[in-house]
Amino acid sequence: MAQVVHAERALSTNPLKASAPLGAAIAYLGIEGGIPLFHGAQGCTAFALVALVRHFKEAIPLQTTAMNEISAILGGAEQVEEAIGNLVARAQPGFIGIASTALTETRGEDVAHELAAMRARRPDLADTAIVYAATPDYTGGLEDGFAAAVEAIVETLVPAGPAADLRPEQVNLLVGGHLNPADVEAITQLVEAFGLEPIVLPDISRSLDGHVADEWRGTALGGARLDDIRAMGASAGTLVVGERLRAAGERLAARTGVPAQVFPSLTGLAAVDDFVAALMAIARTTHVPESIRRARARLVDAALDAHLHTGGLKVAIAAEPDLLVALAGTLQRMGAEIVAAVTTAASPALARLPIDEVVVGDLGDLEVLAAQRGADLLLTHAHGRQAAARLGLPLIRAGFPVFDRLGAQDVCRVGYAGSRAFLYEVANAVLAQAHEPKPQDWGAHPVATEFDHVRPPVATPA
Amino acid sequence: MPSRHHAAAAFDEPACAVNRAKDTTKRKAGCSKALTPGAAAGGCAFDGAMIALQPIVDVAHLVHGPAACCGNSWDNRSSASSGSDRYRRGFTTDLGELDIVMGRGEQKLFRAIGELVAKEAPPAVFVYTTCVPALIGDDVHAVCKAAAERFTTPVVPIDAAGFVGSKNLGNRLGGEALFEHVIGTLEPEEVRPTDVNLIGDFNLSGELWQITPLLDRLGIRVLGAITGDARYRQVAMAHRANATMLVCSKALVSLARKLEERFGIPWFDGSFYGIGPTSAAIRTLCRLLVERGAPADLVARADALVAAEEAKTWAAIQPYLADLRGKRVLVYTGGHKSWSLVTVLQELGMTVVGTSMRKATDSDRVRVTEAMGHGEAMYENIAPKEMCRRLKSGEADLLMSGGRSQFVALKAKVPWVDVNQEKHGAQAGYAGMVGLVRTIHQSLTNPVWDDVRRPAPWELAPPAAQPVPFVRPVSDRADFEDC
Repeated sequence: MAQVVHAERALSTNPLKASAPLGAAIAYLGIEGGIPLFHGAQGCTAFALVALVRHFKEAIPLQTTAMNEISAILGGAEQVEEAIGNLVARAQPGFIGIASTALTETRGEDVAHELAAMRARRPDLADTAIVYAATPDYTGGLEDGFAAAVEAIVETLVPAGPAADLRPEQVNLLVGGHLNPADVEAITQLVEAFGLEPIVLPDISRSLDGHVADEWRGTALGGARLDDIRAMGASAGTLVVGERLRAAGERLAARTGVPAQVFPSLTGLAAVDDFVAALMAIARTTHVPESIRRARARLVDAALDAHLHTGGLKVAIAAEPDLLVALAGTLQRMGAEIVAAVTTAASPALARLPIDEVVVGDLGDLEVLAAQRGADLLLTHAHGRQAAARLGLPLIRAGFPVFDRLGAQDVCRVGYAGSRAFLYEVANAVLAQAHEPKPQDWGAHPVATEFDHVRPPVATPA
Repeated sequence: MPSRHHAAAAFDEPACAVNRAKDTTKRKAGCSKALTPGAAAGGCAFDGAMIALQPIVDVAHLVHGPAACCGNSWDNRSSASSGSDRYRRGFTTDLGELDIVMGRGEQKLFRAIGELVAKEAPPAVFVYTTCVPALIGDDVHAVCKAAAERFTTPVVPIDAAGFVGSKNLGNRLGGEALFEHVIGTLEPEEVRPTDVNLIGDFNLSGELWQITPLLDRLGIRVLGAITGDARYRQVAMAHRANATMLVCSKALVSLARKLEERFGIPWFDGSFYGIGPTSAAIRTLCRLLVERGAPADLVARADALVAAEEAKTWAAIQPYLADLRGKRVLVYTGGHKSWSLVTVLQELGMTVVGTSMRKATDSDRVRVTEAMGHGEAMYENIAPKEMCRRLKSGEADLLMSGGRSQFVALKAKVPWVDVNQEKHGAQAGYAGMVGLVRTIHQSLTNPVWDDVRRPAPWELAPPAAQPVPFVRPVSDRADFEDC
């Protein structure tokens, strides 16, 4: 079982961690008609915005309360109100998700209280759902901010108390920040294949999937609908994907009585099997569509073919906890050796990984450990490219950000088909580096040059 | 017609144990088994000739034939080179319909040789005849002769059209071509008493380089490499070696015999597969060299080297042995590996539950029987369906075979280790044995087997009627007590 080790040093080199507000922004972008709003200085927003745009290759409607030197001292309540007023006037968002930043949290802004007061005096904002999550940059990373936003959405938008009219085919699907839009879509389709009607929260597969919309909108292009979120209490159960969203699932259960089950990973045969078994149970069926049976048989075949390349493969991986658990766990089941695992925070899911040690650190740690322990492959986000180049190792890009490749949103590593694609991705990264045997591998000498053919003066053909 | 004559001669090999055991009529019928249409999947003579000769790295290998012969097969083997990569390129005359109908094959071949020499300036061009030019009567020999003069480069015709026989015969015909056209055409700068020929090692995955460091330490030089990592000039000088080791190859036995007959080079049949066979091969090689005038202390030095290497090898594989002990292996290979692999596995404490005897000679058979202690678990061929059934029924924990039965094992969800020539890991000598043990260990202990063998969720018995804990009970909906 993994021992979580914190690097004992002051200097962080080549950060692995993206900030919590950025994670919250992604979650908020999974609400239809939503706009994420950072309560902080405009620079906090600009960096996150650039990172999001480079990753998703999309215009991102991320806004800021633009704290200035006066509000930083006297308080930012007016900035929040003004920002919300301007956003409503300009883009008519149905939903505004506020994420605090280190600046406003250090100041100690009581945004929740300010919002309540604002609501009372601004009836013109009554139609706009507003959610606030405390996501100081100094606590946690992307997955943590994402989770905080989902918790805030549940607490703010889902009515407390059991729903009057239960819908046994309806399920809540809480999907974590480690998932790409294509992952979310694949999970949704898997749930739907059992005749269930999932309410996906947040649903970035409808907004950040990279599509050309019919019209220009200054809000999220799609996502979970507010009415659906409000109806979550009528569901038969809640499926939580990713350990980091466990608290959100528990809060939803506490508010509505809808029981929740957490699936730490949906990558790899056993993990998907567990999820499918749960879907069969919740749908009260033993009928499994042929397409799913076939996809499983294909994954088994892929595992058999890929194990010849993953067996004994030394992998160095750096990722936030839920992504680390999903990918490292899968590779371990394929006979790979996780020689270095670096993450951003301790997590209960990490403890279950059968790795000796998980280092809470950065890409600097990844590089050092990968070199020390003779890694064959790096697996981390695009910033791992420097280490990969220096170490001469192949890099599989996973996590956030992936700014130097197109289609980051399309990469699906969950479900039977996505797991299969991931196994091929890893095996092909190994094959692409195919080692040509050389005499010196075994201390042999090349053939003596005396046997070399000396090129004669160029002969001319007829 | 040359190819007819050569093929017939190649069938009659006095040094071949199988051939010797036949009566005159059977010997004349040749050693190719009649193939069964609809149930044959082996390579043809052309394939075999390419396999045997293509590892000569600086030669330009030109395939005279239509698209399939070169287009479907080029760069598909793992012979490694420490020098030129010319041998990996696919050169062909790519005969088209008009070439064949109009009889332009010879002209096209001549021009192709000219272009090849101009472009590559190789030490030699090897021209491989294929079925179509053989059938339409292209005089490849005459073209090669004319081209060699015109372009002042050796041009060697290889008569091994696909239809003349099996891959094995093609190996042999390739060896014949070397003997007739290449060996003895150049002289080394210096002849050493410890120069040897290695025949039949094709340096697959660099296996030759697992052996040459051992030879280096004994001062032995591979003069004639036939043909692993060979330079053309080396092959041309092979007649000056003082001993020949025939490595794992019945097909090239004629070449070894002819080198002895014409140049007086003694030869022996050995293997670098396994710890014991490697040691025996090194000792025999040294003994032959001493008989031919090498320093007498060579044998003692070989003994010391072998003892040290064996100890080192056993120490290196020790950590893996516990997991290997008692595991049941089905061996599906052929020729000398039928017994050498069995011996190796038994040395490792594994149980061989069966071994195939394809392409095995009588002496191979005797050695398998000795190794197994009985002849019961020896098979000729096992049909894929039958093999799958046996593996699925749990008869073996591991299949060791060539690439063709790979998918039989994998679909049966049984660990598989590649031991044939297309494999990617080098398994020769002491270093190779350590690698092989590691590979076997890795395959057997890979957790993937538990995963792929687990039943699908829908194959499990449906959960008992009690409600699933995380699903809200349906009765919530209409609990009449609350009405």
